[in-house]
Amino acid sequence: MGSITLENVRKSFGSADIIQGASLEIEDGSFVVFVGPSGCGKTTLLRLIAGLEDVTSGQIRIDGADVTDVPPAKRGLSMVFQSYALYPHMSVRGNIAFGLKMAGMPKGEIDRKVEGAASILNLTPYLERKPRDLSGGQRQRVAIGRAIVREPKAFLFDEPLSNLDAALRVQMRQEVTRLQKQLATTAVYVTHDQVEAMTMADRIVVLNAGRIEQYGSPLELYEHPANLFVAGFIGSPKMNLIGREVAGQFGAATIGVRPEHITVARDGEGWEGTVGVAEHLGSDTFIYVDVPQVGTLTARTVGELGIRVGERVRLRPDQRRIHRFDTEGRALAA
Amino acid sequence: MATQQTRTLGRVLIAPAVALLFVWMIVPLAMTIYFSLQYKNLLNPGEESFAGLDNFTYFLTDPAFITALINTLVLVGSVLLITIVLGTFVALLMNMPIYGRNIVRLMVIAPFFVMPTVSALVWKNLLMHPVSGLFAWLMSSVGLEPIDWFTNYPMLAVILIVAWQWLPFASLILLTALQSLDEEQKEAAEMDGAGAVSKFIYLTLPHLARPITVVILIETIFLLTVFAEIFVTTGGGPGLQTTNLAFLIYQAALLQFDVGSASAGGLVAVVIANILAFFLVRIVGRNLEA
Repeated sequence: MGSITLENVRKSFGSADIIQGASLEIEDGSFVVFVGPSGCGKTTLLRLIAGLEDVTSGQIRIDGADVTDVPPAKRGLSMVFQSYALYPHMSVRGNIAFGLKMAGMPKGEIDRKVEGAASILNLTPYLERKPRDLSGGQRQRVAIGRAIVREPKAFLFDEPLSNLDAALRVQMRQEVTRLQKQLATTAVYVTHDQVEAMTMADRIVVLNAGRIEQYGSPLELYEHPANLFVAGFIGSPKMNLIGREVAGQFGAATIGVRPEHITVARDGEGWEGTVGVAEHLGSDTFIYVDVPQVGTLTARTVGELGIRVGERVRLRPDQRRIHRFDTEGRALAA
Repeated sequence: MATQQTRTLGRVLIAPAVALLFVWMIVPLAMTIYFSLQYKNLLNPGEESFAGLDNFTYFLTDPAFITALINTLVLVGSVLLITIVLGTFVALLMNMPIYGRNIVRLMVIAPFFVMPTVSALVWKNLLMHPVSGLFAWLMSSVGLEPIDWFTNYPMLAVILIVAWQWLPFASLILLTALQSLDEEQKEAAEMDGAGAVSKFIYLTLPHLARPITVVILIETIFLLTVFAEIFVTTGGGPGLQTTNLAFLIYQAALLQFDVGSASAGGLVAVVIANILAFFLVRIVGRNLEA
């Protein structure tokens, strides 16, 4: 069990409103990712759920019970910190066992649980080591071990993978996702990396300047961004946003076309422009084209087209996948 | 890292300083060793002669030596205990976000700036004086008999004065250590259900192990040579009750004018200081860092 409900939660530090009224329903067993640019309040929101910060107003409920004023330890949540926050003077065993020891569990049971968690995370050979003798990935696993051993109602992750190198991050990403599915425990995960968000989440919360911009499944956000911010934030390379007359032709203030939904050809229909930059990744090519009256558009093509800088090309957007936005930046119905 | 050239240059540049420090240290040491092997009394100038180890025998077999040694250890041990236990407590309090924290910190540090002679005088005449002291007034105002500190509890009085002087040092070092304790670790412990006491025992205390070792080491070095406080307040008495090694050496040199014996005592004190420092660091280091 572990459903979390936020009801109009606000958080201010002095006169600065960090969270401006967040309402959210996190279902039991789901993997929810908070994503947004730096300073959008995603970590603060997570800390409010954890109880490490006091809410200014609003209510937080876990399994229906109001926990707004309940101290962190009593909320039945466990957290994985960005710095891992392992206790440096304790062995791996001591670190994982600490929460259980504080709960006054008998020693035999603690050992059994610690060893169980260690074997899930492949930490058994390292149980007697100190954190400083472990690699980054191992420390990360100890931090996760410390979280799972308490069998919490939900895991809270605060950018846990940001200190790992790229290859390890991909591997840990899969491990965390698999572990979460295996334990079927609710997880709330904070990241600024939209790739992490898209790959790990059942549902994503996009935050911007203390507001929830959209809450939905990764594909929903990709296919139906609710506003310009989400449209620009989700997807890589970024969605092309085109205003002025071109958008007017589609009956919108702004239209958006994803680079992968633009077909590049040397002739035929579409916007004509000059290739400014071409990035050849082997599998894909990103082409940045200067189109008069429209601006610089990014197009993504699969494989190699042999297009060179300075060539004149035609860009043809997929008509069914054009996103339209009104003057306020909200999405218009298709 | 460094090339051969920069290493050589570094050595050449640092050589004068090292040479100066070496001379600075070796000359007094050599002179002390020389005098400790001589019969030399300032009352009988011109009658110096080689004494062998007689001065050491004389100093070490003097019944006052054992008393002074015990007094020294009691003084050092008690002050260390008081300053570290109380210092940890004060540091914890100063680390809390309270209004006017900077002023509180300044006031806590203040005793460290008062020179030992002055603080001893203040304690002797304004605080612990059996007739005009503040403590005496406090005691008599609640109907109790004032305590004559320097007559009845001379050692305790000296310990209190010295501990008062060194408490700021311990507090300050421990406070800076507390400030470097990782916030996220504290929060992790909080999430793990650790209360204030558990957090202190399992997180703060192990974190303070190193700075505590540093405090013990530095304080020991200075506490072994406490002199002004004793000189000003009790003059080593009553009897030998507050005579420590430093004061005993002073007596030999400047009350009996026996330079040879005082030099021998000085060397003995150096050896004892080293032994003590060595064991203290080991014991404390092992116990707290485990």
